[in-house]
Amino acid sequence: MSQLTCTSLSLGYEGKEILSNLSFSVEAGDYVCILGENGSGKTTLMRTILGLHKPMKGSISTGDGLNRREIGYLPQQNSIQRDFPATVREIVISGFQGQCGFRPFYTREQKRRADENIELMGISHLKNRCYRELSGGQQQRVLLARALCATRKMLFLDEPVAGLDPKVTQEMYALIEKLNKELGITIIMISHDIRAAIQFSNKILHIGSEIFFGSRDEYIKRTASEWEGNYGNL
Amino acid sequence: MEIFDTLAYYMQFSQVRYALIVGVLVALCASLLGVTLVLKRFSFIGDGLSHVAFGAMAVSSITGALFSGMKPLIDGTGDMIIVMPLTVISAVLLLRTGKNAKVKGDAAVAMISVGALAIGYLLMNLDVFPKSANISGDVCSTLFGSLSILTLTQGEVNFCIAVSIAVVIVFILLYNKLFSVTFDEDFATATGTKASVYNLIIAIIIAVIIVISMNLVGSLLISALIIFPALSAMRLLKSFKAVTICSACLSVFCATLGILLSILFSTPVGSTIVAVDIAAFGVFSLIGAAKGGLKK
Repeated sequence: MSQLTCTSLSLGYEGKEILSNLSFSVEAGDYVCILGENGSGKTTLMRTILGLHKPMKGSISTGDGLNRREIGYLPQQNSIQRDFPATVREIVISGFQGQCGFRPFYTREQKRRADENIELMGISHLKNRCYRELSGGQQQRVLLARALCATRKMLFLDEPVAGLDPKVTQEMYALIEKLNKELGITIIMISHDIRAAIQFSNKILHIGSEIFFGSRDEYIKRTASEWEGNYGNL
Repeated sequence: MEIFDTLAYYMQFSQVRYALIVGVLVALCASLLGVTLVLKRFSFIGDGLSHVAFGAMAVSSITGALFSGMKPLIDGTGDMIIVMPLTVISAVLLLRTGKNAKVKGDAAVAMISVGALAIGYLLMNLDVFPKSANISGDVCSTLFGSLSILTLTQGEVNFCIAVSIAVVIVFILLYNKLFSVTFDEDFATATGTKASVYNLIIAIIIAVIIVISMNLVGSLLISALIIFPALSAMRLLKSFKAVTICSACLSVFCATLGILLSILFSTPVGSTIVAVDIAAFGVFSLIGAAKGGLKK
């Protein structure tokens, strides 16, 4: 059974449909890239799967031991966070909040695991630093560590390298690949970067006027033949 | 030394001691949620609610005059019995409308707050109801706080103590949840925290705080009590916990100082406290700027 299955999903805002009849499924350990132009509904799709939006039609189901609330995610930065006075550790441990229920404080085990995740992201030396003083790449690592506290099964990343310089971008991709290969975490990443998508992912979902979902190789073949169709055999 | 003698003299009166107890508790409660309010851009809700509380106060003073037979029933808690539920309901409504797209959050707040002010003042002046002898005095003290808070009754003090203890306990129990909901509401919702419930609790606590601070600083100045200590602490400190603790201590310190100054110089309590808060904000900003300058 698939970890995540979307069946004939229609998405949109305030009665306006921006994406219709979308079906795809994600297996455990997949690295899926979601590609598409601006405004094609990538972020809306992510928010719908995370339960922040209601789908207009269709259904989303999880299986293979994945609970709907066990999808961690890395959001795009929002304006509140830019001047938020909080240490790295305070933010990372807040990833456990969803599992706390009515318990008011974090357990010792959760604190230990938060430290573990901080170390995994290679930011132990920043543990007590203030979040707003960190660089963009460091902030992304903090939010990744927080997402790891929330789940060890599936991560949703919304343009994780937006605004990062090339070197930090490569480090970020390497880090994400490590999570996928070594820890077996399913990755679903929204991206603009087709080259990185082809390099790292095993499945690609392209949304827009035409919807494509399939393996990376099929996507390459299809794009190549489209290219040929348009420009002849060069 | 003369100052201390004067203060020692005033401290003999139970009224002055009441004022200090209530002042410190109200300042403490008001500052706790300040950080969340400022960071969540909820400051305007606090402002709107304080106007609603003014309207509610008008309603309450009229009903109080109408049912003067019920006076003993209402007396213990002052006007709280009417003002508290009305303000809490408005808090819930404001939060709801903030989410609906039809009337946007800030517009809804403006509508409700200005509306409450107008209706409140209108009701106070209607001929149908028995007027109190000194309307402009009543209005002025509801807006800017009593000239001195030495008029508190034992019942009001007890009520204030009980509510403050409840607010502090709720805050401590919800501290971690408030943090995650404030820092990233979407992430919290997506991973299973019921953010909307906590938003509602935040709004209700704010409403409660506003009502209990009305006696002290008046409805127009309450926002200052909520926001200034948090903003000051945020100038200097870098962790959420430190900012929260610092703004609570700062707020208590400023309130105590403000009340003492207002007794010594017989100035209005509310505005004196706010003036001390502003001074503290200035000092913290300066230190923050100096520190930043040193680092560079």
